[in-house]
Amino acid sequence: MNVVVCVKQIPDPAAPGALDPQSHTLVREGKLILDDSDAYGVEMGLQLAGDAGEVTLVSMAPNQEVSGVRTALAMGAAKAIVVSDPALKGSDALSTAKVLAKAIERVGADLILAATESTDGYTGTTPVQVAELLGLPSVTFAKKVTVSDGKVRVERQTEAGFDEVECPMPCLVTVTAGVVEPRYPSFKGIMAAKSKPVDQLTVADLGLDASSVGAAGARQEITSVAAAEARGGGDIVVDEGDAHERIVQFLEQLKLV
Amino acid sequence: MSIEKVWVLAEAADGSPVATSLELLTQARAMAANVAAVTWGGGAATMAGTLGDYGATVVYDVGDLGGKLPGAPVAGALAELIASGNRPDAILVPATYDGRDVAGRLSAKLDVPVLTNVVGLSVDDSTITSEHAAFGGSLVVKARFTGDGPGIFVVRAKSFAAEASGGGVPTIEQLAVPDLGASAAATVLARHAEERTGPKLDEADVVVSGGRGLGSAENYALVEELAKLLNGAAGASRAIVDAGWVPYAHQVGQTGKTVKPTLYIACGISGATQHLVGMKGSKNIVAINKDQEAPIFSIADLGVVGDVHKVLPKLIEALQARR
Ligand SMILES: Cc1cc2nc3c(=O)[nH]c(=O)nc-3n(C[C@H](O)[C@H](O)[C@H](O)COP(=O)(O)OP(=O)(O)OC[C@H]3O[C@@H](n4cnc5c(N)ncnc54)[C@H](O)[C@@H]3O)c2cc1C
Ligand SMILES: Nc1ncnc2c1ncn2[C@@H]1O[C@H](COP(=O)(O)O)[C@@H](O)[C@H]1O
Repeated sequence: MNVVVCVKQIPDPAAPGALDPQSHTLVREGKLILDDSDAYGVEMGLQLAGDAGEVTLVSMAPNQEVSGVRTALAMGAAKAIVVSDPALKGSDALSTAKVLAKAIERVGADLILAATESTDGYTGTTPVQVAELLGLPSVTFAKKVTVSDGKVRVERQTEAGFDEVECPMPCLVTVTAGVVEPRYPSFKGIMAAKSKPVDQLTVADLGLDASSVGAAGARQEITSVAAAEARGGGDIVVDEGDAHERIVQFLEQLKLV
Repeated sequence: MSIEKVWVLAEAADGSPVATSLELLTQARAMAANVAAVTWGGGAATMAGTLGDYGATVVYDVGDLGGKLPGAPVAGALAELIASGNRPDAILVPATYDGRDVAGRLSAKLDVPVLTNVVGLSVDDSTITSEHAAFGGSLVVKARFTGDGPGIFVVRAKSFAAEASGGGVPTIEQLAVPDLGASAAATVLARHAEERTGPKLDEADVVVSGGRGLGSAENYALVEELAKLLNGAAGASRAIVDAGWVPYAHQVGQTGKTVKPTLYIACGISGATQHLVGMKGSKNIVAINKDQEAPIFSIADLGVVGDVHKVLPKLIEALQARR
């Protein structure tokens, strides 16, 4: 089975993010890493593809960045398509989805995996938009995925518990962080990843019109960016064996006990 | 000036519209004269009274979906309605699983963007401005919608207060689902609901949440016990939901519930921005964490630097003694 995994490469979330003061878009310069949320899709893909199949990564990155993709290749993915183009600057979820859908069409996947949401953008809509553009069914929020007889079976997280969902392939599934435990790339994997094929494409290569993607396609103009209302801290007590009494006092003040 | 027409997705849970739908209907009334609700799943007639009470004059009902996941069929039916010339200026969508699926599908069908993580909306001179929580809720970004309608806005729970308008019963219009081929093929075979006792997490007056600092799944019983003693609900950080200690229904934060109780007690939770965005609207916050530097302390009204395994049992004992 051939699996495509959408992997986003993002600035290290440990380093505080920033918005460009002029364009108000996320600053995506310098080294990007594999979004941790996508490691679950990569692992799931590797497990489902099996020996006869392979995992192809698809990523849209602003600056031909491949270091995050290399991490996923080191985990065991076979190859990658990375789409980069200056025209993609300022892309929103829909234009990202247009690019990913076109790239996925070149692969011919039985199953497409993505995360439920990215760490930096967290719109959570890109994957479903990809499915719609490809005319495929989708199942979001999978906490368990199995495949048999050309169908996926998904335990889909819900407000109340979970639903058992069945869906014919090809289809798209978004996975939560609970779905599998991602492997760490082995030394051998890291070495092998260096020579795995990474196909670098542009918007024109995909046959997309540059005016339908990037800032040109976004139809939203950012008018202001401000720090969220700060909430100050209050009293701090160090527990000397009696801190629970302070909490009880606090509950009394609030008339909760 | 305002805009003309706003639709609100009124998702149902247990036969009633989810709270966020009513919040969005209330806000829609402030934005436009003409407010419609969109329902699916077969409960339109039962919910119509409530939807009218919160401002819907029309209910578009996609009806029973025959077990299909709602994303594709509901988006398909709405796209048809829009293609027939009935075009709203905005579609407001609760940030739920199914809401996001419908919004994503509809956006791709109509080739209009979908604006997510919305926490505020206003209309000025027929222009819709939305406020978005960015960077895990640490920044508020305001943006003007510049495209042709409809703008699709996926709104976080509790961004607006729900207020009934006392409107009458709306008319119900059935929408047909067009043939969508393979794209609507995902089907629910069975539903599993986890048992719940006590108040609902997003409605409780007191929420006690546990995080990785509890050390093990078994210790979550301390959190549940404390919640019970305070007539509250038990919540969790994503770390322990992903670890499988507690079901997802307990998760508070960016991808979980938004809670605004009178009191929130965080036990062994570091206070990552994605957790804070779901609870920092609480009126009072108590945090217990053994690391004095934990970010949760920066928003706690009472911070206890201590070990949850010591503080929680004593606190529970003290409260039990008072009963
Ligand atoms: C896209 C995205 C969405 C996310 N959505 C959410 C969300 O909705 N909700 C959410 O919660 N998180 C969310 N997260 C995850 C978030 O970033 C954090 O990883 C998570 O909140 C951490 O959970 P935690 O505080 O339980 O664990 P940790 O960060 O590991 O913190 C554990 C804390 O326990 C303390 N501790 C340890 N032992 C003890 C002890 N014996 N007594 C007292 N304290 C102790 C430690 O000092 C530490 O501060 C999301 C992340 C991403 C990328
Ligand atoms: N630029 C991208 N390249 C590859 N995959 C992406 C990209 N953006 C989003 N995705 C996928 O879609 C998921 C949801 O992203 P988002 O809509 O930003 O929350 C991500 O976790 C990825 O799996």
